[in-house]
Amino acid sequence: MQKLINWVDERLPIVDAWNKHLGKYYAPKNFNVWYFFGSLAMLVLVNQLVTGIWLTMSYNPSGEGAFASVEYIMRDVEWGWLLRYLHSTGASAFFVVVYLHMFRGLMYGSYQKPRELIWIFGMLIYLILMAEAFMGYLLPWGQMSYWGAQVIVNLFGAIPVIGEDLSLWIRGDYLISGITLNRFFALHVVALPIVLLGLVVLHILALHEVGSNNPDGIDIKKNKDENGIPKDGIPFHPYYTVHDLLGVGVFFFIFFIVVFFFPEGGGLFIEKPNFEPANPLKTPNHIAPVWYFTPFYAMLRAVTIDLFGLDAKFWGVVVMGAAIAILFVLPWLDKSPVRSMRYKGWLSRIALAIFAVSFVVLGYLGLVPATEGRTMVAQVLTVLYFLYFILMPFYTRMEKTKPVPERVTG
Amino acid sequence: MRKLIFGLFIAVLPALGLAAGSTVPLDSFESDHSDKASLQRGAALFTNYCMGCHSMEYARYKRVADDLEIPDELYEENLIFTSAKIGELMKNSMNKDMAADWFGAPPPDLTLETRLRGEAWVYSYLRGFYKDESRPLGVNNVVFPAVGMPHVLVGMQGLCAVEPNIGTPASVEPLSGNINNADVCPEYAIEGSMSGAEFDQAMYDLTNFMSYMGDPVKLERERLGIFVLIFVAIFFVFAYLLNREYWKDVH
Repeated sequence: MQKLINWVDERLPIVDAWNKHLGKYYAPKNFNVWYFFGSLAMLVLVNQLVTGIWLTMSYNPSGEGAFASVEYIMRDVEWGWLLRYLHSTGASAFFVVVYLHMFRGLMYGSYQKPRELIWIFGMLIYLILMAEAFMGYLLPWGQMSYWGAQVIVNLFGAIPVIGEDLSLWIRGDYLISGITLNRFFALHVVALPIVLLGLVVLHILALHEVGSNNPDGIDIKKNKDENGIPKDGIPFHPYYTVHDLLGVGVFFFIFFIVVFFFPEGGGLFIEKPNFEPANPLKTPNHIAPVWYFTPFYAMLRAVTIDLFGLDAKFWGVVVMGAAIAILFVLPWLDKSPVRSMRYKGWLSRIALAIFAVSFVVLGYLGLVPATEGRTMVAQVLTVLYFLYFILMPFYTRMEKTKPVPERVTG
Repeated sequence: MRKLIFGLFIAVLPALGLAAGSTVPLDSFESDHSDKASLQRGAALFTNYCMGCHSMEYARYKRVADDLEIPDELYEENLIFTSAKIGELMKNSMNKDMAADWFGAPPPDLTLETRLRGEAWVYSYLRGFYKDESRPLGVNNVVFPAVGMPHVLVGMQGLCAVEPNIGTPASVEPLSGNINNADVCPEYAIEGSMSGAEFDQAMYDLTNFMSYMGDPVKLERERLGIFVLIFVAIFFVFAYLLNREYWKDVH
């Protein structure tokens, strides 16, 4: 075995790679429960890839055959129902772990210098993930697949001058049709996964270059022992590999409860109208995107005023785009001398709490039909969402921070 | 912490599901896919009364025969009315274009009806027909107003003269001991062959069968799920012990 490793290592630096990324990658020893979600996102990614490959073997990406082929997978393909529920539940689980992973980053300042690129790659992953989920949701070709895609693609039509042509170009037809399904299938199973995997590699390479942050937000590389090993660091393998197994156990327990007992997720993971085949002539009376898009959908609907001669819908699209775009510049908005919430002041903590609550409530508002009162709440929350970012340079500078310890605290 | 968040998340799921639901009051319905006798009766009802118009074209006869423990020959003789072989999909011979002329819209495929509209909806709808001369077919439905479907089961239920009391379960009046709403229909224009309770049971069986057809793997899925969770729990114990062993030397 050792001989084989040596033979390969002389031709490909596998030992070096192992040490750099696992065996001698020193991670802070004080990771808490929030640090499980990165490895869990990887786990879900693998689940999506494997089940996705097998689903592709039996799926028929045509307007005539897509819906029936999904039911064929559910009924006639051996273990097809399990593959599909793993994939559909996995899509929602992906967003659950990614949202928690991002929240961790916000809490402990993991986006701050020198981790700006890690954050940006992460945001790009999030962006691609949304595109991947959106296109994947069209594939079952149910009513909600169809009309959800119709609504979202039509949003591009709100852009002045080029809008109509742009949405026509995306659909490849005057309305969502089999042509659209074909191209979304190609993007969903080939193009976007390749981009996604590339970004995941970049995310991790950038992370391993500068090292992991931790709940105290302190730089463990400042305190090294005589061998040049951080005093507060422990090798990722075996310490965090076995540690992450615990997270995997808890995650799988919850994940499989959904997969085996509540695969529709109460209509959130698989929406009820999607049990009816797509019908271009019949609009469902309530079109809601899947839950992981609803915070942004609520912001879109919250914009109700025409401005500068442009339609409110256009400004809604702008707000929705800006809500995601502003996350990219976060590393330069935070002017705090400390990273972690543990040592930031009350202003930062309150701001983060308001931001998190706004996001969750917006998510709820995006799920339910709009009423006048709800739209007003959504408008307030949209403003609060943006204020978290826009005011960040001020409140992070103004507030009094606590002294950061030299070494990590448990 | 994570478990708590997830727990809360799962706890609010049903509430959110309801938010998008129908506003018509419905009778509650609890399916039981392990009640093979009920499913068999439901299969017989569906084949005899529904399948002429409504296909179940995503399912196969053979699967139903196997799951409901009906011998293939018996099934072919009694429950396949077309020239289909037992391994084929459960289509019917109604021409969709002509059906659209007759009813306004072609009768929908019902394989996934209980998952689309909910079991309670289907159960209530089946019992919600009443006499309404203003409609082209002389009947209307409280759960699905102005529906294009005739009251196919009129021979069994009879024709209700007024709107049936869907969504108000039977209750006993404490003083007189009278039972209210024992029958969804308080007054019949035409008497049927079944009593109110018998018809409710028949509709339970029919809805139960449709629920099974919408999710035929449910029983097997939940049975397996238990073993999977037990496996994950045991895995967690070993992962925990392994983790504890390694982390002993981290201070």
